[in-house]
Amino acid sequence: MAQKTYRDAIREALREEMLRDENVLIMGEEVGVWGGTYAVTRGLYGEFGDKRILDTPIAEEAIVGTAVGAAMGGLRPVAELMTINFSLVAMDQIVNNAAKIHAMFGSQARVPLVIRTPAGWGQLAATHSQSFEAWFAHVPGLIVVMPSTPYDAKGLLKTAIRSDNPVMFIEHARLYGVKGEVPDGEYTLPFGVSDIKRPGRDVTIVSYSRMLHVALSAADELAKTGIECEVIDLRTLRPLDMAPVYDSVEKTHRVLILEEDWTTCGMGAEIAARISHDRFDLLDVPVERMGQIEVPMPYARNLEALMFPDEKSVAQKVMEMVA
Amino acid sequence: MASTSPARISIEDAAGINVTREEALDWFRKMSLIRRFEERAEEAYGQGKIGGFLHLYIGEEAVAVGAMAALQPEDDVITHYRDHGYVLARGVEPKRVMAELYGKATGLSKGKGGSMHMADVRRHLWGGYAIVGGHIPLATGLALAIQYRKLPQIVACFFGDGATNAGTFYSGLNLAAVWKLPLIAIVENNHYGMGTALERVSAVDEVYRKASSFDIPGVRIDGNDVLAVRDAVRRMADQSRNGGGPQLIEAMTYRFRGHSMGDPQRYRTKEEVEEAKSRDPIARWRSTVQENDLATEDELRKIGDEVEAEVEEAVRFAENSPAPDPGELCNDVLVSE
Repeated sequence: MAQKTYRDAIREALREEMLRDENVLIMGEEVGVWGGTYAVTRGLYGEFGDKRILDTPIAEEAIVGTAVGAAMGGLRPVAELMTINFSLVAMDQIVNNAAKIHAMFGSQARVPLVIRTPAGWGQLAATHSQSFEAWFAHVPGLIVVMPSTPYDAKGLLKTAIRSDNPVMFIEHARLYGVKGEVPDGEYTLPFGVSDIKRPGRDVTIVSYSRMLHVALSAADELAKTGIECEVIDLRTLRPLDMAPVYDSVEKTHRVLILEEDWTTCGMGAEIAARISHDRFDLLDVPVERMGQIEVPMPYARNLEALMFPDEKSVAQKVMEMVA
Repeated sequence: MASTSPARISIEDAAGINVTREEALDWFRKMSLIRRFEERAEEAYGQGKIGGFLHLYIGEEAVAVGAMAALQPEDDVITHYRDHGYVLARGVEPKRVMAELYGKATGLSKGKGGSMHMADVRRHLWGGYAIVGGHIPLATGLALAIQYRKLPQIVACFFGDGATNAGTFYSGLNLAAVWKLPLIAIVENNHYGMGTALERVSAVDEVYRKASSFDIPGVRIDGNDVLAVRDAVRRMADQSRNGGGPQLIEAMTYRFRGHSMGDPQRYRTKEEVEEAKSRDPIARWRSTVQENDLATEDELRKIGDEVEAEVEEAVRFAENSPAPDPGELCNDVLVSE
């Protein structure tokens, strides 16, 4: 199977959907002439022109609001927010309009919209290095996708573009160069299906997006000591598919949740609550959560490196859990 | 209070009486219907039959009725939360609007939208929005879809003077102007954003001048003159429909009631309100109709009686309609796929 980067897989999904359906268009800051700040849309402007690849001003509320209106009016816009940090400027449009229009008007209107946005960090300091996936997953009316691999990114983005619902499609800037198998043929992946990325019997690690890769590295290291972790990728945070997690707990009786957001009121809190409610009797140790240190992101490289769990700290935590 | 003298407001005057008798009576009927409907809603609110916020449109009826008379049925309309007038002016059955106010299953949005979120998508009414200015970019998007799909219609976006100081006003209209979208923005300047007079919080209180921010046409009209509204909206809509890009209309009007029910109105004097009522759009149109021999006093009274009966029927319908089935609670959150 062909090896492709996460970036190329996303671009392929965009291109194929634009070829398939003329109502799909892309809009956002620097998506056209520039080719996308993370080069995801590179080449599409040349192929599809300025009627379908729309460069916008730096005005996120207008980008999202216009995309919502265009979606109501019969198009299938894919709006790009340059980073998830800028979603704050568009929050009213996302939460009050995109998420509510279908319900508020008694199903008279629908909003087939995708908002693509990278999360991530890299000496970008406090305002450009935030993880807001839990904020969006909090809101009924939104679908929240956060893929970890090129294969998942392509299949889920195609589903998102074809969906009649508003989708927050959160990529990760540090995954764009990651390669993985992506078949050439047409495929889509359903929302609300978690994926077992590595089978195991001793500890269940639940994760998504970049932290999934940290989990897999830690699991590889732990395997050398005889500890087998089952690593589950949630892939969509809303709808949230807990079934594979519950099945896994029946084998391992131990769960560690890895997330890149702050743990207070983060995704892990929701997952831990569901496990403790639905599978309390199966737990041998309390559900553990590891996430970002609860401070605004520092700029200094050495301090930034201390912010997230890494392979070593995750392995250490797992060893404590099985001790 | 700024800019209420007719000499200043009538930057654009209607060029004489150019209406048919049928139109004249239709406008009188619709304005009367909106007025009576809202007076009755106010009463029902006082009886606790309508909950939440209720923002009355009383005093501003000429804007909705004049604008709808100028628009084509397939033109898209999107509005702010003071929205009962627009749906009634477009011909939505009053009983379905009243039922929505009552939160009944027979309401326009099955009781899920309420007063601030009136929509009838079949009639190209894309809803009322309760965050000030939040729907302006949506109007831009609807207009983008029209341009992209090469459809013949335009979008009419209504909002109050208060919204013209929000970021969405600038970011939404800027993009509409850049892309030359078929959009007319109709600002109802009723002088107050809740209880704050426009000139106290807006560096420019002649809203039509804000059109120059986007290099688009902007006009100020007498929003209490239904004919002036119809003519201005028709002219601006034609320009927009023919590739002229977005247009801005500032309709000068006044709300006779408070911002919403329970507003003690300490920010304005009784004299000011009484003075404004002397320019009541319905009374004015009634006089114009009579002065031009378009209808007799008896005919107008008969219309008033019919409107009264229609509103009472709407109330009966709303009161006798069932509440939404509890099973409806979790429906419509997502489109099922």
